[in-house]
Amino acid sequence: MTANKKVSMELPLFKHNRPNRSVTFAEYREEGGFQGLQKALSGMSPAEVQQSVIDSGLRGRGGAGFPTGKKWSFVPRDLPGPRWLICNCDEMEPGTYKDRVLLEQNPYTLIEGMILACYALGVRHAFIFIRKGYEKAAENLSLGIIEAKKAGLLGERIMGGDNSIDLDLHLSAGRYICGEETALINALEGKRPNPRSKPPFPAVKGLWGGPTVVNNVETLANIPAIIANGPHWFKGLALNPEGAGTKLFCVSGAVTNRACFELPIGTPLGEIIDGPCGGMRDGKKFKACIPGGASTQFLTSEHLKVPMDFDTVAKAGSRLGSGGIIVFEEGCCLVAATLNLITFFARESCGWCTPCREGLPFVKEVLERIEAGRGEEADLGILREHVKYLAYSFCALAPGAMAPLEGLLNHFEDEIREHIVKRRCPFKK
Amino acid sequence: MIPEALKITLQGRVETAITSREAAVDVMKVLQAHYGWLTDEAVGEAAELLGLSPLQVEELATFYEMIYRRPIGKKVIHVCDSISCWCADCDGIMAHLKERLGVGLGETSADGMFTLIPACCMGMCGDSPAMTVGGTPYGKLTPELVDEILELERRKG
Repeated sequence: MTANKKVSMELPLFKHNRPNRSVTFAEYREEGGFQGLQKALSGMSPAEVQQSVIDSGLRGRGGAGFPTGKKWSFVPRDLPGPRWLICNCDEMEPGTYKDRVLLEQNPYTLIEGMILACYALGVRHAFIFIRKGYEKAAENLSLGIIEAKKAGLLGERIMGGDNSIDLDLHLSAGRYICGEETALINALEGKRPNPRSKPPFPAVKGLWGGPTVVNNVETLANIPAIIANGPHWFKGLALNPEGAGTKLFCVSGAVTNRACFELPIGTPLGEIIDGPCGGMRDGKKFKACIPGGASTQFLTSEHLKVPMDFDTVAKAGSRLGSGGIIVFEEGCCLVAATLNLITFFARESCGWCTPCREGLPFVKEVLERIEAGRGEEADLGILREHVKYLAYSFCALAPGAMAPLEGLLNHFEDEIREHIVKRRCPFKK
Repeated sequence: MIPEALKITLQGRVETAITSREAAVDVMKVLQAHYGWLTDEAVGEAAELLGLSPLQVEELATFYEMIYRRPIGKKVIHVCDSISCWCADCDGIMAHLKERLGVGLGETSADGMFTLIPACCMGMCGDSPAMTVGGTPYGKLTPELVDEILELERRKG
């Protein structure tokens, strides 16, 4: 079923990709690029563009899966003063590299998607917030913006009409928390990027106090195809009935082909691993995976049939997250893997609130003790309690950090206990 | 003190910003490139350009991983130690680099060429284990490849 669907479908994101180089502006236009924009500006009202996005069922691809059109609809239409659109390209979730691959191949779908979003939202000035280390993506976008301006698709009076839109890049200097939308807004304003309290939500009071929409790269890059081909076409791309569109899955860990694939949303986990990933590396056996970047719960071999869509993965006890799948083989110690994940989060905590700043290093210490063979039975209870305590943090970083730990406790408690009873890591020779 | 031409360039950047401090990260990066690291003098100069106090610049400078508030070698080696690279034995790569360079984490090799710093996920998970040397990304590392890269980066200077 997957294979047939793949052959016949037109990919909204990777359609224009060329092997080993970026697509050019001319190639993108020849192949139908900017037709979505043309269609919107020549016959659709901003409200109609927004309605198409609502009808398409597109959900945020950054990790939370919030319906994009609904997020847009929270922006009050009648507030005076400027409103803003920010593209979140602070892709720092471990195991996630889809936005980098997308932009290194083709910056134009994002640029076109952002112009469409600006039109729908009444935004005059938009920003792309790019993480440190994504200089190639930033360079592609800079050139793309220059070309779009030259072609009259950006800047003053786009396509000769009444709409003027500016698009600027903000190159960050490296910090995971900047991906949290309110921290990102602080970062963009040149303030220390601690998260802000919500409410007020950015849609009402965000960048410089104005209404602001923050969307992920992949989310915005889907808009041109939705407008050009219609919301029903987009819905039909999914494999599962409740799904919509494709999803970029970027896979790493113990598989043969570690790469980023655009697949129908709802493709079962096992089919991704056995299909495009070419199965497990060196004939190893699948033990578990993290399905959507570091802040999602482990899935096990029981879950290989789970369709990779937001609600279906949530029903299986985890989250689709960013689509960054990290695969672990039999013989890999998941206490050590979880320790690695918690170490990342402890280091990246911005230090603003106590549960996160103090709680994460403490959890890390407990896991270190267990991995080193110095754990005690009581540590299991301590870990379980902290999964609950860290939910009281100011933002989603610490609760996200607790997801893999909760997965470890739910699915691999025996493995933790074995460390404690044997007083050593059972996987170390 | 920064040369007048550089100062004018930075003033130009600040002027195009919606509010001056929006340009803070850009200004810090340029000053860091000029001095090699963000010196106390650079913090003062950034503050003046941005209309902030040195303390306000400091709280930004110390927040970002790629802004260095201490002297560094000619090139910084950032080795990713997040989960995908961990699966591909980044610990082994790190141990190899420490041995080859004769340094611990955060230290600079005796010839002043390389500073070794662990880094969070670089988005190179498909090519793990990964590192950057002076901003150039390298993936699918093995100890042998690391030796070749060090040699290459040394020659490039």
